[in-house]
Amino acid sequence: MASATALFSLIIALPLAGFLVIGIIGLFSENFRIKKQLIGTLASLLVLIPFLIAVYFFLNMNAGSEAQVFKLFTWMHVGDFSVDVAYRVDQLSILMTLVVTGVGFLIHLYSMGYMADDDAYWRFFAFLNLFIFSMLNLVLANNLLLLFLGWEGVGLCSYLLIGFWYSEMKNSAAAKKAFIYNRIGDFAFLIAMFMVFQTVGSLNFDVILNNLGEFSQTYIFTIGLLMFIGATGKSAQIPLFVWLPDAMAGPTPVSALIHAATMVTSGIYLISRLSPMYVLSPELMLIIAVIGALTAIVAATIAITQNDIKSVLAYSTISQLGYMFLALGAGGFTAALFHVVTHAFFKACLFLGSGSVINTMHHVEHELAHDGKKVDFDPQDMRNMGGLRKYMPSTYKTFMIATIAIAGIPPLAGFFSKDEILAVAANAGAGAFGGYMYTLLWVVGSITAFLTAFYMFRLTITTFHGEFKLGQRFKEAVGAEKYLHESPATMTIPLWTLAGLATIGGFLGVPNFIAETFTHGVAHINILHNWLSSITADYETVLSHGLEWVLMIVSIAIAITGALMAYRMYSNDQQEASDAKLAARFGGLYETWKDKYNVDEVYEGLIGNPVVKFSEKVLAVFDMKVVDGVVNATGGMVRLFGSLFRYVQTGVVSSYAFAYVIGVVVILYLMVM
Amino acid sequence: MMETLLNIVIYLPLLGIPMLLMVKNKTTKKWIALLVTTLAFIASLPLLFNFDVAASGTPQYLTEGGRLIESIDIKYLMGLDGLSLLLFMLTTFLGPIVILSSWNSVDKHLDGYLSMLLILQTASLGVFAALDLVVFYVFFEFSLIPMYFLIGIWGGVERIQATIKFFVYTMAGSLIMLVGLIYLGYDAGAAMGGGVNFTTDWRFLSSSLYQIGLVDQTYLFLAFALAFCIKVPVFPFHTWLPYAHTEAPTAGSVVLASIMLKMGTYGLLRVCLPIFPNAFMEFAPWMAVLAVIGIIYGALVAMVQKDFKKLVAYSSVSHLGFVVLGLFALNTVAVQGALIQMVNHGLSTGALFLIIGMLYERRHTRLIKDYGGIAKKMPVLTAAFMVATFASIGLPGLNGFVGEFLILNGSFSSTLYNNPVYAVLGTIGVILAAVYMLWMFQRVMFGPIHNEENEKLLDLDKREIALLVPMILLMVWIGVHPIDFTKYSENQVTELISSSQNKGTAIIEEAKREELPEWTARFYEVDQVESQLAEK
Repeated sequence: MASATALFSLIIALPLAGFLVIGIIGLFSENFRIKKQLIGTLASLLVLIPFLIAVYFFLNMNAGSEAQVFKLFTWMHVGDFSVDVAYRVDQLSILMTLVVTGVGFLIHLYSMGYMADDDAYWRFFAFLNLFIFSMLNLVLANNLLLLFLGWEGVGLCSYLLIGFWYSEMKNSAAAKKAFIYNRIGDFAFLIAMFMVFQTVGSLNFDVILNNLGEFSQTYIFTIGLLMFIGATGKSAQIPLFVWLPDAMAGPTPVSALIHAATMVTSGIYLISRLSPMYVLSPELMLIIAVIGALTAIVAATIAITQNDIKSVLAYSTISQLGYMFLALGAGGFTAALFHVVTHAFFKACLFLGSGSVINTMHHVEHELAHDGKKVDFDPQDMRNMGGLRKYMPSTYKTFMIATIAIAGIPPLAGFFSKDEILAVAANAGAGAFGGYMYTLLWVVGSITAFLTAFYMFRLTITTFHGEFKLGQRFKEAVGAEKYLHESPATMTIPLWTLAGLATIGGFLGVPNFIAETFTHGVAHINILHNWLSSITADYETVLSHGLEWVLMIVSIAIAITGALMAYRMYSNDQQEASDAKLAARFGGLYETWKDKYNVDEVYEGLIGNPVVKFSEKVLAVFDMKVVDGVVNATGGMVRLFGSLFRYVQTGVVSSYAFAYVIGVVVILYLMVM
Repeated sequence: MMETLLNIVIYLPLLGIPMLLMVKNKTTKKWIALLVTTLAFIASLPLLFNFDVAASGTPQYLTEGGRLIESIDIKYLMGLDGLSLLLFMLTTFLGPIVILSSWNSVDKHLDGYLSMLLILQTASLGVFAALDLVVFYVFFEFSLIPMYFLIGIWGGVERIQATIKFFVYTMAGSLIMLVGLIYLGYDAGAAMGGGVNFTTDWRFLSSSLYQIGLVDQTYLFLAFALAFCIKVPVFPFHTWLPYAHTEAPTAGSVVLASIMLKMGTYGLLRVCLPIFPNAFMEFAPWMAVLAVIGIIYGALVAMVQKDFKKLVAYSSVSHLGFVVLGLFALNTVAVQGALIQMVNHGLSTGALFLIIGMLYERRHTRLIKDYGGIAKKMPVLTAAFMVATFASIGLPGLNGFVGEFLILNGSFSSTLYNNPVYAVLGTIGVILAAVYMLWMFQRVMFGPIHNEENEKLLDLDKREIALLVPMILLMVWIGVHPIDFTKYSENQVTELISSSQNKGTAIIEEAKREELPEWTARFYEVDQVESQLAEK
């Protein structure tokens, strides 16, 4: 056991060591900073080793294994409050650890190529390592407070990495926005913890889940809701989602790792971890499902209208996260976690692919400038692209694979996980869990599935098919395609690995009914369900096999329709014409989508600005004029003291000291009298 | 042996004054000041290591002088217990840092400047070690004088106005406290008997032997609490602080924020709780209201400041609001949180003032808009600034979180508040702290450099790094393993709370309904207690 603890603690300790070593040496040593190969390799290894250790732990576990708890030390202990730095290795946390370190390692590798020309290379890798450390604390913590350390820690890393190129105010503003929106969620999280401690006197998961009977129904609802509000911050759901699109200001590997694959799924992890508590409040489950479905469709409609490739992917992420919350709220915790995993594969692949594209476009901009042609174009705008498949075959193929996966076309990963989410929504509608509302949400989810296939193929086709359009848009850029090139192997290897995972990842969760239809008995072919069955409190399946088949066929039909429509509208370089057609067809609605529902403007206008204005024009003035004014108005005392002070302020310190000593003596004398 | 050491630590800084007056060379003077404060810090370490944690409720390393007069029990009574140990150590720890912080920036009246800092050091240590309230009062006052001069002579442009405000305010509080103290001394003396008619021995005053009547208690609590609230400062008594902080030289701001403000919260715990327990408990919800207003109001006003020193000053109002909220919640979790938060605020706000001072020394402006893009020029300062900022924001893993979490968690379930709304409102401060600190950080450190002057900035030198590193290490240490610090006060806080509650119950049970004025009876709900007693 002792050696297991030592081995386990390496998982946590190595990324932290990477942050400290690279961060501190890098801060002080210029010689170290330029050793990029060394820094990148070191940082990547310090994620790869924890991944391998996690694999080792995973191989020594089975679906029935008891949770192993590794206590390192006591963190806080005052009065009756005690909390340990203790980690919990069970089926859920090891799954998350594998995703975090596995995808994390690939993205470290990718970054070695992507960030190769950046002067602050060392800082980037230090922060990435710190992120992995924080994320591991989040998923492995044995209690809510340590989870919260990871929770805020990933928020910090997100802040540091979104604002990585801080010389542009836009980037640091986006970083600050992300942190503050997350803090609003954390406020709710904190209060939920106070309520938990007040009720069961502990923040350990075991204690909470074994004593659910201690909580009143109101407390279950309130705590669950507060935790969910925390989750809407971290996982970018309505109403706190607006920070995520801005977060794309960070380097693209960051968008892939933090803002797609791992951090933003924390909320789903948290709720799954506490799933036995959540299922006790059907009202709350419905709220979660509604918010999830709403977020999914709102973000998907925005994604259709965007031209910035990262922006499309950002809204797509919000939308996919919405799906996961829909699944949670429909009692499909395993389905949600399944989508967390598959989404990590295909969305990381898409972001890294977009990074590969952006890198090349930057290269074009750079080379053009080198030729003396200053072309001011946005290297992330898909209207400037097109035809890239000829120049970037690996990027194209992997991007296409991931697109097919996210669109939900079988047999790629996204099909299985998305289909399962829609199935659990329909299941909740059919069961005694909330009735027709869930059926309605299934409809919303299905429409979103159509939109997903549509906007993803719009993006992929516009970017990679047709002709390279930069030359058509900017006269100076004619012939610029000669500067287009495929990215180096450090970048394409992670792309291919992720594309591979996005292809086969779905087989982790092949629905049982497929086998059951043929065997006419109970089958357990859904690997993920078997694996997580002791942790997630999923709703029971009440759908008949026949209905499940129908649902599956409907969802395939929807995905293929969306893809085909996009193909028809956007191939042959008709993106702008087709967008204009959409705009004409949907009128004001399309404008609303394009303006992102004006949520930012509303928040700023209704909350942000008024609070600042109020503080500035009312509170600060009140402080000076009223609170301080009362003091000043206490007679001419001030002026009196002022003149006294001028008189005694002779500048000779000894005279002050003398006066003071006399004062003390007088006071003491008075006392004694 | 150890009690001698305690006195040595307290007076060693004072001893440096004649030494530095004797030498001519300015650098030598600074070295002497640095040497004595460093020695005092080193000498204070055995006090920490030998502290009997299990017996933290009993004052240790006791020095007990003779009575002034047989019938007047005022004596030189010094010692450390769980309430004071960490603040005492914080003060010795900051001593050398404070001296080093102004190594190059102060040249005017160097003798006086260093002497003032050294006097301040001794006085502050005296406040935390004193166990006789008159001695406490003398040190409390003693600490103000050097601060007047530090601000008034070595301060910024509007230093005189700031000094006057500081002076008037603190003097008003002190005088009221003095009146209260004299009254208390006679009252306690009468209770003590045995030929004594005046005593201010804290051990007696805080014990169950001395029970003070409800009427007297109310007035005395108000007198002492007012003085302490001004010092903290609790809203609405805070307006002296932005002036004083802004105009004070860096060293003055650091001592003011890190140490002197704590004398207020420390006083509330040391004096008001055990001596006036009923009043303390009855006023708790009122104090919580002021604390919560301070947290939110301080943060909002901090947010819109244009001067970064003023911003940090208002942030102190907000942070100290947390401490007060924790103290009056009166359970071990919250009070322990408050105690560690006093130390935390000393470290993180102290570090913020040091860092701001380093920027000020280079650019001679405190306006946020004059900066921008500094991160590119000063990476080391940026890293340190960032750690201090996030400590101040309460990021888990750093010190501020531990204090805030314990305070809010304890307050949430405080039976005295009997309402979670105080903690919930206080938690809003956690959001606001991120808003005002990160906004300031962004404007000062990030973005393009738009001011030519900032192009020439040089990063921190070795001295400046040496100042900040120990503070940052402590921020991390407390954040990761707070138990190494909270253990010193754990037992005493638990005992103090239960003994004060018991004493309060005893006092109210013995109170005679008919002898009390109507408002007192109603305020302390004496009828209810009597009817409960009757039932038994």
